[in-house]
Amino acid sequence: MNLINSLPRKKGTLIAFCLLLLVLPWMISSGFQSGSSYLRALDMALLFIMLALGLNIVVGYAGLLDFGYIAFYAVGAYTYALLNSPHLQAMLPSWMMYPPFVVSIVICAIVACVFGIMLGAPTLKLRGDYLAIVTLGFGQIVRIFMTNLDRPINLTNGPQGINNILPPQFLGYNLGKPIEWFGLQFEPVHLFYYLILFFCALIIVVSIRLQNSRLGRAWVAIREDEIAANAMGINTRNVKLLAFAMGATFGGVSGALFASLQGFISPESFILMESIMVLSMVVLGGMGHIPGVILGAIIVSITPEVLRDVINPLQMAVVGRKVVDPETLRMLIFGAAMIIVMLVRPEGLWPSKRRRAELRPATKGIALQEKDDLQDAERNHD
Amino acid sequence: MLQVKNLKVAYGGIHAVKGIDLEIKQGELVALIGANGAGKTTTLKTLVGMVKPAEGDILFNGQSITRMPAHEHVNHGLVMVPEGRGIFSRLTVEENLLMGAYVRNDKAAIKQDLERVYELFPRLKERMKQLAGTLSGGEQQMVAIGRALLSRPKLLLLDEPSMGLAPIIVQKIFEIIRMIAAEGVTMLLVEQNAKLALQTANRGYVMESGSITLSDTAENLLANTKIQEAYLGE
Repeated sequence: MNLINSLPRKKGTLIAFCLLLLVLPWMISSGFQSGSSYLRALDMALLFIMLALGLNIVVGYAGLLDFGYIAFYAVGAYTYALLNSPHLQAMLPSWMMYPPFVVSIVICAIVACVFGIMLGAPTLKLRGDYLAIVTLGFGQIVRIFMTNLDRPINLTNGPQGINNILPPQFLGYNLGKPIEWFGLQFEPVHLFYYLILFFCALIIVVSIRLQNSRLGRAWVAIREDEIAANAMGINTRNVKLLAFAMGATFGGVSGALFASLQGFISPESFILMESIMVLSMVVLGGMGHIPGVILGAIIVSITPEVLRDVINPLQMAVVGRKVVDPETLRMLIFGAAMIIVMLVRPEGLWPSKRRRAELRPATKGIALQEKDDLQDAERNHD
Repeated sequence: MLQVKNLKVAYGGIHAVKGIDLEIKQGELVALIGANGAGKTTTLKTLVGMVKPAEGDILFNGQSITRMPAHEHVNHGLVMVPEGRGIFSRLTVEENLLMGAYVRNDKAAIKQDLERVYELFPRLKERMKQLAGTLSGGEQQMVAIGRALLSRPKLLLLDEPSMGLAPIIVQKIFEIIRMIAAEGVTMLLVEQNAKLALQTANRGYVMESGSITLSDTAENLLANTKIQEAYLGE
């Protein structure tokens, strides 16, 4: 019931929206010249939505600032890659290699979850900036391990990364090859779009359920005041660990999908900048608000791609020659846009009602109220 | 109902509580008074498991709760209203109150209890949709007490309910404390405002630098010249 109530009221709108999502890749691939690169960007945007929603549990719901979130994405991706590429074939027993796709995803989720608990357990007593620093270190440690674990045993193949990762195969279909259905040619980018869309929807549903659950309320309470939450009978230790574990699981699943989409992964994809990007998606969109976080993820992941195609023609039109390297200018514009948004709308682009109220109180100031209160009390006392 | 035997608490090398004995019987309102830094709040925090004692035993209804984790105390009916109120300032008044019922599953009874709290504090009903952080100090204290009542306390521990409030609001809060006591909730009241606390309570303990130096009925303590000089400002 909760789930249905929290979705948009009008069922018609929802159905129309779902249909739009289903035909979107076709619109893009027929509408633009560079359609397939945009489609890739769309696939990546969906992955970032999953990541942002996972981080939203940790940062938005439980209020635990995490700068190393991309580590779980990396763990998921490497787990998938090791199980589904020839890299470890010589070392692992054959029954462990190339598990069915669903099994792979579940294993990645579990491994990421374990890493989440590994990060969570020692940092339970930390909050705010201190926690941020520890998570920052954790993210770096994971990346550095991935870069250097090619010796003494070649586990991760170091900076070269792992390639020849098998695309997902299930129900007799191979997502790495075009498939023809109903006279339509489904390219791998299309197929991946639908696959990731499915997982994305799953994570959105789980997020919504969590928000309205007992656990969701416990997270909010901890974010507000941990001691008071403890006094309410909330087992703050376990509830915080659960936030880390669930966030990490989401990250692990998106990492696995990323590895299967790319077919190749290397430590390059899991640098600090990625963590910061995911965090800015959550903050920019509206911390703790699912539609906001989704919007943030789409904007932050798509804008640089769009700018890539817009900047050069624009430079040529205005100045007549290439003044600035488009890659540099792209990030400059993007960074400036972020600063402006945060100054003008600190609560995010699409915040929850609660957060808007926090940052833009419409009620009287406390001092005024205190005065009212005193007057009332005096009146009652007489 | 509650028995504390030879309780000692140390922070690092500092002994905050130096072996105290306390007893609270069913239906009593007991005051624990003393100066700043006497160890009152530490004692209270130890009773609800937020601070681990170095030595001693705490019995609740005959069962030892000395080593019980903090969050389990609510299940047993031991509920604290923390010092400085500890409300969830970015939740609404109603959400704050319902947080008190976090460990309960009886929806119908929770609703009844919520109505009861609103009867007790009509002011909170008016403001139920408002963020608790925008309330005045007195109203926040009402939220904190109301929230504790929603946990259905057997023993309610109040830490400095008068702190930071205007005298007239303090009177009001204490009226409510008396009303709750009249409904049969056993209470331990930690206060610096000794006069008001003793006027409200049945019995009192006086705490001085980590030890209990006096324990008597509230009337006797109020009449005690030493207490009058030291705490009542007479």
